[in-house]
Amino acid sequence: MIWMTLLLVVLVLAALWASMTTALLRAALGLALTSALLAVVMFSMGATLAAVMELSVCAGLISVVLVSVTSLTQRRPLKEALANRRSRLRRYWPLPLVLIAVGVALSFVHAPVEIALRVPAGDGDVRTVLWSLRQLDLFGQILILLAGVFGVLVLFRKEAKHDD
Amino acid sequence: MTIEIPQSFWLYFTFFALLLVDGLWCMLATHNLVRILIGLEILMKSVTFFLIVAGYLSGRMALAQALVITVIVIEVVVVVVVAGVILGFFRKHDSLDVENTRSMKG
Amino acid sequence: MSHLLLLVPFLAVVVLNLLPKRARGAALWVSFGVLGLEAAAAFVERFSSIDSSAFTWLESVFGFRLAADHLSGLAMLCAGIVGMVALLVARRTLKDAGEKFFFANLVLVALVGINGIAMVRDLFSLYVFVEVTAIATFILITASRSGAASRGEQVFEGAWKYIILSVVASVLMLTSIGFFLLSAGDITFDAVKTALGAPGSLTWVAMALFLCGLFVKGGLVPFHGWLADAYTAAPAPVSVFMAGIVTKASGIFALLRIVSSTMGSALPGREILLVVGALTIVVGAFLALGQSNMKRMLAYSSVSQMGYIVLALGGDLNLGILAAGLHFFNHAISKSQLFANAAAIEEQLGTLNMDEMGGIGARMPVTAGTTAVATLSIAGLPPLAGFWSKLLIVLALWNAKEYGFAAVAILASLVTLAYFLSLQRRVFFGKTHPKWAHVKEAAPGLLVPVVALALITIALGVGFPFALRVLLGGGA
Repeated sequence: MIWMTLLLVVLVLAALWASMTTALLRAALGLALTSALLAVVMFSMGATLAAVMELSVCAGLISVVLVSVTSLTQRRPLKEALANRRSRLRRYWPLPLVLIAVGVALSFVHAPVEIALRVPAGDGDVRTVLWSLRQLDLFGQILILLAGVFGVLVLFRKEAKHDD
Repeated sequence: MTIEIPQSFWLYFTFFALLLVDGLWCMLATHNLVRILIGLEILMKSVTFFLIVAGYLSGRMALAQALVITVIVIEVVVVVVVAGVILGFFRKHDSLDVENTRSMKG
Repeated sequence: MSHLLLLVPFLAVVVLNLLPKRARGAALWVSFGVLGLEAAAAFVERFSSIDSSAFTWLESVFGFRLAADHLSGLAMLCAGIVGMVALLVARRTLKDAGEKFFFANLVLVALVGINGIAMVRDLFSLYVFVEVTAIATFILITASRSGAASRGEQVFEGAWKYIILSVVASVLMLTSIGFFLLSAGDITFDAVKTALGAPGSLTWVAMALFLCGLFVKGGLVPFHGWLADAYTAAPAPVSVFMAGIVTKASGIFALLRIVSSTMGSALPGREILLVVGALTIVVGAFLALGQSNMKRMLAYSSVSQMGYIVLALGGDLNLGILAAGLHFFNHAISKSQLFANAAAIEEQLGTLNMDEMGGIGARMPVTAGTTAVATLSIAGLPPLAGFWSKLLIVLALWNAKEYGFAAVAILASLVTLAYFLSLQRRVFFGKTHPKWAHVKEAAPGLLVPVVALALITIALGVGFPFALRVLLGGGA
């Protein structure tokens, strides 16, 4: 339990760093770190398959996308960035305090929570659940990927025209 | 048939809430499009964490994992499409500042 | 049968993309045909009995279970009709062949999403299909460059607000699903219904979160900020499709489905629905009153009318669902028609600013006449279709002894009438501005769908008792 709590504290710190650091590139890396830590949390809770997905897709693929977007759009002169840094600090300094306040406030809550317990061991394997019970979601995934492909095609076609 | 697990639920819930607040703040306190996207991602992380916790505490981890896998796929597509739109915006305005778009009123 | 409704549009998209480039001009018509089948399928009664006979092989191949009932039929009918209208508008207003092709494809993808929303029996699958629809629509808004000059920067802002709030809504729904996993142990509608019947506040927290997510998707009042921007940003055919069915299916229909299949008749959630509904009606109506862009006025009018549906769900349960379903249909027909009218006006005049218009009625009589039918129907004037659904809504509230809310519903109709009369006066009546002296009526391709929709409104209004039985299968 203590290790889990520590892990979660580090997870929140990584997310905090991702949202507060000045350079976008570092923010993207912070997000990747958050994802990786979340994957570790998932793994230690027994969600192996989801942890692998999180690690490869979120910490991997999404970070690649974010890093390439940042590097493609990084053209700001240094002076402007420094000026911006000060105003950023003004907008972000309350965040750690707010987080601590929320954490302390919630640590006093001990209301009983009623949790339904299904038939013990009636849950089965994740692959069985995914492929036999959640087929409709898989179909939805295929559709979303299809829509995503259209999105990429459409957006890139637009870029090509724009450059002419 | 219910059991009570107050202690660990509130511990996990606290961390879920922290991630949620962090993501929301990150989205709302900035004008930078990429940073808004990162805030959204942190929000999605918090929800992913919560779903796994829910599966862990209720003993339905397989179901929770199946849901999380679908959520991750959806998340990727959203990020890719939004990133494409951000690039389009940047090519047009040479800026990532969302304030450049505040033209509509009421 | 219900499986086919998901598979046929999906396969149509696949086939369309396998076609050689030359044959892609047919995409709009293929899509049109699929939507026609969809609308026809809505009239096939008793999906379940068909499932058990001729189509069992489908169910043996695909493990998922779907449940189509009369409510699903209603959504499909609306989706089919609105989609066909949007395609006809697209044929006239989108200039580029590639754009038309993408439009036809993405409408089909969104259609699968809508069909999924109409037929799922589980909260998470509902979320997945809502997301399919949202992503397809988001790409539709950003994709098109037709008329981009007049829409300008709005395209980005509308699309951006739409996708950001869409993700926020997803976060709300997924949190709610997590709570349900804890408190109900499962996320099927049946499990949720059982859990809501049992004591315990966690389930109601979860329900409230899910409803909030749907309120965002449906553009109801505390969360209505994105809707007018997105509708205005979208190209003409996309705004027809969005206003007609997308927002309704992913926000309002999902709400209708959840209220009808998980909450019992004694709703602790009823107060939320009543308050949000009344607030939405009033705020939407007054915002509409202050607009000078035609599409923005129509968008806020949509917000206000969605409030009526939510309000109806807060009333007497059985009558409320009937009234909500009917208003859903009426509004899908009338509002998609009004957006098609707006497309015709934009096409002919090149602007949507109502302050610059005036006296166009004489130049565009068909557009003026059909607009009058749709606006009067939405305002609730007898004997048009909108009158009957509003009457049922007021009755549902009256039966539940919510006299105050019934009064709000009636009084807000007057505001609706006010802003629509203002629209008529500013656009169609008065002396023709010299600038528009040579404006011609829109092309027949744009007039056919609006006339058809106006005829549906009139026919439904006149033949109401019969139509009710066909639509919701009350007697049959």
